[in-house]
Amino acid sequence: MPLRVGEKDFQTRVNRGLEDAFMRGTVRSAQEQLRTRKQASSEELGDWEAWRTLGEEIRTHTLEHLDYYLEQLSDKVAERGGHVYFAKTAEEGNAYVRQVAREKEAKKIVKSKSMVTEEMSLNDALESDGLEVVETDLGEYILQVDDHDPPSHIVAPSLHKNRAQIKDVFADKKGYENSDNANDITRFVRGELREEFLDADIGITGCNFAVAESGTISLVTNEGNGDLVTALPKTQISVMSMERIVPTWEELDVMVSLLCRSAVGQKLTSYITALTGPKSEDEIDGPEDFHLVIVDNGRSDILGTQFQSALHCIRCAACVNVCPVYRHVGGHAYGSIYNGPIGAVLTPLLDGYEDNKDLPYASSLCAACTEACPVNIPLHEHLIAHRQIITEKENLGPMPEKWAMKMFGTGASAPKLYRLGSKQAHRVMRPWTKGSRISNGPGPLKAWTNFRDLPAPSSERFRDWFAKRRRSNSDE
Amino acid sequence: MNVSLFITCLGDMFYPNAGKATVELLEKVGCTVDFPTQQTCCGQPAFNSGYHKEARKVAKQSIEVFKDSAYVVTPSGSCAAMLHEYSHLLEGEPEWQAEAEALSAKSYELTQFLVDVLKVENTGASFHAKATYHTSCHMTRLLQVSEAPQTLLSHVDGLEMLDLPRNYDCCGFGGTFAVKMPEISKEMVDEKVSCIHETQADVLIGADAGCLMNIGGRMDRENSPVKVMHIAEVLNYTEEGG
Ligand code: SF4
Repeated sequence: MPLRVGEKDFQTRVNRGLEDAFMRGTVRSAQEQLRTRKQASSEELGDWEAWRTLGEEIRTHTLEHLDYYLEQLSDKVAERGGHVYFAKTAEEGNAYVRQVAREKEAKKIVKSKSMVTEEMSLNDALESDGLEVVETDLGEYILQVDDHDPPSHIVAPSLHKNRAQIKDVFADKKGYENSDNANDITRFVRGELREEFLDADIGITGCNFAVAESGTISLVTNEGNGDLVTALPKTQISVMSMERIVPTWEELDVMVSLLCRSAVGQKLTSYITALTGPKSEDEIDGPEDFHLVIVDNGRSDILGTQFQSALHCIRCAACVNVCPVYRHVGGHAYGSIYNGPIGAVLTPLLDGYEDNKDLPYASSLCAACTEACPVNIPLHEHLIAHRQIITEKENLGPMPEKWAMKMFGTGASAPKLYRLGSKQAHRVMRPWTKGSRISNGPGPLKAWTNFRDLPAPSSERFRDWFAKRRRSNSDE
Repeated sequence: MNVSLFITCLGDMFYPNAGKATVELLEKVGCTVDFPTQQTCCGQPAFNSGYHKEARKVAKQSIEVFKDSAYVVTPSGSCAAMLHEYSHLLEGEPEWQAEAEALSAKSYELTQFLVDVLKVENTGASFHAKATYHTSCHMTRLLQVSEAPQTLLSHVDGLEMLDLPRNYDCCGFGGTFAVKMPEISKEMVDEKVSCIHETQADVLIGADAGCLMNIGGRMDRENSPVKVMHIAEVLNYTEEGG
């Protein structure tokens, strides 16, 4: 499953992340910078809460009428001379793109960043047909050149690398000889990519939002590569997941404002590309042939469930940028192209629980993600809902935990039992208690006392004190 | 005013002093305090771990216990937030849900109750120390209480409050998270502890036993000189009387 990347085992991935002091340093400073910038730019917008509510309403409305808007979008694209293809699965989507490439006798394809094509492993599919596929987004390009290193952040896919490492990648693979200065590297990449753009037969883009009323695909980029991918090659294919749609340009305006501010703390990004069908006769730029591939790949199964609002996501990564767990383990630990809190919610939905059952637990439920999300997705609640399904429906919860929770349920709803248990705690723990602390707890306390002390249960519980006090008060 | 205390399981067993201070503090400001002995835990460990069947049982127990109370006050932001979660948890059981809503309408975290209901901002405490305050996530984000503790602390005579860097980050407790993902949790608490040390405070104040247990436990392990106190203890402290 292409959605998944890296090692299969969650703990291995986490350990690798924790050991990578270098990556954690990069992530830490990026988080700090993005957080401050987001705050400043959203404050400037005025009432941020009102904007979020508006964003949420737009997403809810659109998803509740998704059939209608998808049909409208598809009609409009067709009206403008474009082709629309609905792909139920990743395979269907890939097959369609491969077929277009074959018909065009294409050799080279340039792409601008698209998460859904990552999810589909479209590049692999095209490469297996002998095509050359070039990512043109700087971050994606770095990863591609570095032997397809997986992305580690939704907006900044190569966040785990710093300038020195990036320089080494280009020196090793592309003969780059200049400094690790960002400008030098960018200039070099620009030179490399210019040739690719001119040579390419097909341009493939993702889609941040499709505007249903006009059949327009909009792309939000920081480098302008989206412009080139859509302007130069004769054939243009946009691939979108089915929920990335807004009714009209008015809503697009709101969503783009929310996206840019949440993602990078900017009022607008440097480039917003809007593409409406193939070019008409009087236009100079643009593709002659335009295809829109709308991908479901498991999303319609989420519609109508308690997780529907996960489809509101506009991939801004605000949740990732505030997550303290992400901060310490990095994006690769999630083992999915969708990382951070939204990754922990979305990956099990798209890829099932079996291989992703650890993800919903990789959160302290601090709700920083929920607080940050510009479209009000209750991320931490979704994580709890996943846990409930994992323990109660999928039966994937570990046995000892299950017994412990059963006992907890029984104990905590039977006051007598509970009182007895808490009274005994002090005595039971005595062998492990030194002074007022426990530093080496038995059984389930081990994980806690590996890193921290535990206060010893008090010999006089609050309730004992209160009862005694009441007695002496009434004696007086 | 009659107030029922919900002391919570951690408070009862591990931090009885926070409970005692809560009682004295509430009496000081004119409340009659009662402690229904049938109470147990708020059910959060089961709820957050996904064991909702068990959590529902515990929720019903708490609802029964506080049925006749006028106000329910708890010295824990996280457990207060859990009480507010009951009606959500009991969806599909309309009678219980109505009771849950009634409970949530009369439940308050201690500082929230003092400031919002009793309109008390100065508890008359005096405590000469340099301190910093840990804003627990559930209290600020789920219960939406962030001003009240700061207001009350700002009126404590002699107390110098220092800003805690990255105060918005979780300390890594997260209930079972701390034992389920111990390595990640450790990194989180380490970062919290180093921020606390950066302030050069002598005392760390918090309003949640869970967070205090986590941060304090880590500081104890490292033999940190910083003392950990529950906010009720600070607000009830008087240098003359001790
Ligand atoms: S879940 Fe919300 S915050 Fe996270 S990427 Fe999606 S829209 Fe942004």
